[in-house]
Amino acid sequence: MKTYQKLLASLCLSSALAGCSLLGGDEQVNAGAGTEGVNGSASTSTTGLADGSSFEGHALDNPASPLSTKVIYFAFDSSAVAPEYEAVLAAHSAYLAANSGVSIFVEGHADERGTREYNVALSEKRAKTVQNLLSLQGAGSNQTEAVALGEEKPVVLGHDEASWRLNRRVELIYPAH
Amino acid sequence: MNKVNKIGLLLSLIISSSAWGGALKIEITQGVSSAQPIAVVPFSSQQIVGGVTVDIAQIVSDDLARSGRFKPLSRLDMLAKPSSAEQVNFRNWQALGQDNLLIGKVLPAANGYLTVQFQLFDVYKGEQLTGFSIPTNGANLRAVAHRISDLVYETLTGQKGAFSTRIAYITSTHAAQGEAEYKIQVADADGFGAKTIVTSSEPLMSPAWSPRGDKLSYVSYERRRSSIYTQTLRTGQREKLRSFKGINGAPSWSPDGSRLALTLSKDGSADIYIYNVITRSFRRLTRSYAIDTEPDWSPDGRHIIFTSDRGGKPQIYQISVNGGQAKRLTFEGVYNARASYSPDGKAITMVHRVNGQYRIASLELKTGFTHILSDGHLDESPSYAPNGSMILYSTSDGLKTILAAVSSDGKVRQKLRLHGGDVREPAWSPFKAK
Repeated sequence: MKTYQKLLASLCLSSALAGCSLLGGDEQVNAGAGTEGVNGSASTSTTGLADGSSFEGHALDNPASPLSTKVIYFAFDSSAVAPEYEAVLAAHSAYLAANSGVSIFVEGHADERGTREYNVALSEKRAKTVQNLLSLQGAGSNQTEAVALGEEKPVVLGHDEASWRLNRRVELIYPAH
Repeated sequence: MNKVNKIGLLLSLIISSSAWGGALKIEITQGVSSAQPIAVVPFSSQQIVGGVTVDIAQIVSDDLARSGRFKPLSRLDMLAKPSSAEQVNFRNWQALGQDNLLIGKVLPAANGYLTVQFQLFDVYKGEQLTGFSIPTNGANLRAVAHRISDLVYETLTGQKGAFSTRIAYITSTHAAQGEAEYKIQVADADGFGAKTIVTSSEPLMSPAWSPRGDKLSYVSYERRRSSIYTQTLRTGQREKLRSFKGINGAPSWSPDGSRLALTLSKDGSADIYIYNVITRSFRRLTRSYAIDTEPDWSPDGRHIIFTSDRGGKPQIYQISVNGGQAKRLTFEGVYNARASYSPDGKAITMVHRVNGQYRIASLELKTGFTHILSDGHLDESPSYAPNGSMILYSTSDGLKTILAAVSSDGKVRQKLRLHGGDVREPAWSPFKAK
């Protein structure tokens, strides 16, 4: 598996995929969920969040903000969003509501088990669940587009649960960011 | 019966310039003892100046071995190598336990053309069963060899041979930087002569042959969204179907070539639609809140089978092409998906989960009997040969995905290893592929 962990690490470096830091283990999967919401901080740069240290950069990249989490993971054969992602989705909804010119792709993915076109449909169900949660909390319906990639773009290539759990995901993609 | 054939792959310019390696290796992993012994003697080409570069007898021998129905005699065990009837001593071949004998030769013809002659004998009766003289040129000798395989197979089994057909499949490679390359390739049924018909940095999926074998429809993700394209193989020109927000997927041609069944999610959840190629109009066929996808037409064009999770878990359903109530076909197991009809319409093949393993199974429609055919963990995308004799599918092999084939009775299995990346979603062409 080491090769694939390296591959994942290089993917993280190249695409700055949020959630890559999760490779360390289960307990980290919910990183970000415990931090407080930052509903008012949707401007282009922010300072002084959570731990009091300053962050110079884009709000979407602030590691102390739930906005920095852009990947939501799912249980096998499920499109239900786990409660620990509430703060993440609330933050993204608020960000979109405050920035009506921003639109995102909500990109659903599945693990490799099962058939490919069925997995496309399953990954769309995941994407639409997330899309609905964003809309319910204030994101405009024209600001999100659900896309379904099924099992076609795995993040990790292994044939085991450790890989599969990282591939069952929805990515929030800010194309202009 | 563990016979390993190492065969050099004819590479197209596009492939040889990429990272793809050299060889396709076909490995018969499970055979049957009832395979018929046959001697395929090397064809004589001594009358051709410089000889010929294609070993016709070897191609025929490999074709027959792959079918699982025949056990060709090793050349090393041949006592004589006759190329015409008067040179044949039937007692020799009887002594070697052979049922049948194939001999032949390549002869010069006018204007630089060639004639390939062959004769098939019943060794015990000492009679010719069939024989042909086929005019050709040097560039088409592989095709002639497959044609001979078809004629031998049909003569000895009573079933039409499928050796002259083609296969389409998806390949993908993931380079170290995370950059992926997806391709659709079309090759001869034995994996030779692979040509790339489309390359993309984004996923390509679900290749589907037109009934005449001249076109291939497929799904391509371009600018993040999925669309269905239909590409004419001879010219490489492709046409994009009108696409909609959401899923545009799972194309399947009607047997008469006038319509495509496909999956759209523009009206909510994934549903089956019928696209009329002539009027370019879409008609919605299924209306469930569940996932309906992976349609396939019955050979008579009257029904469509599809995967639906309307009962909670994915199962196979059948519906009239005119709509109405869908009827559930699969009841064994909690996961049955991506079904397709056998060419005679009497069975379907599908992905079937058993004990957490995804396997290829067939379901006899009359009896409802489910027969598990493959033995992998993540077997997918079963596709019948046009004569119904074999099913091609993809299977995991270590960390890679490769193609495999199983006879439709489950008795003969083989793996087709192509060096390079993953190979998946095989689609076997119809008979009329040009």
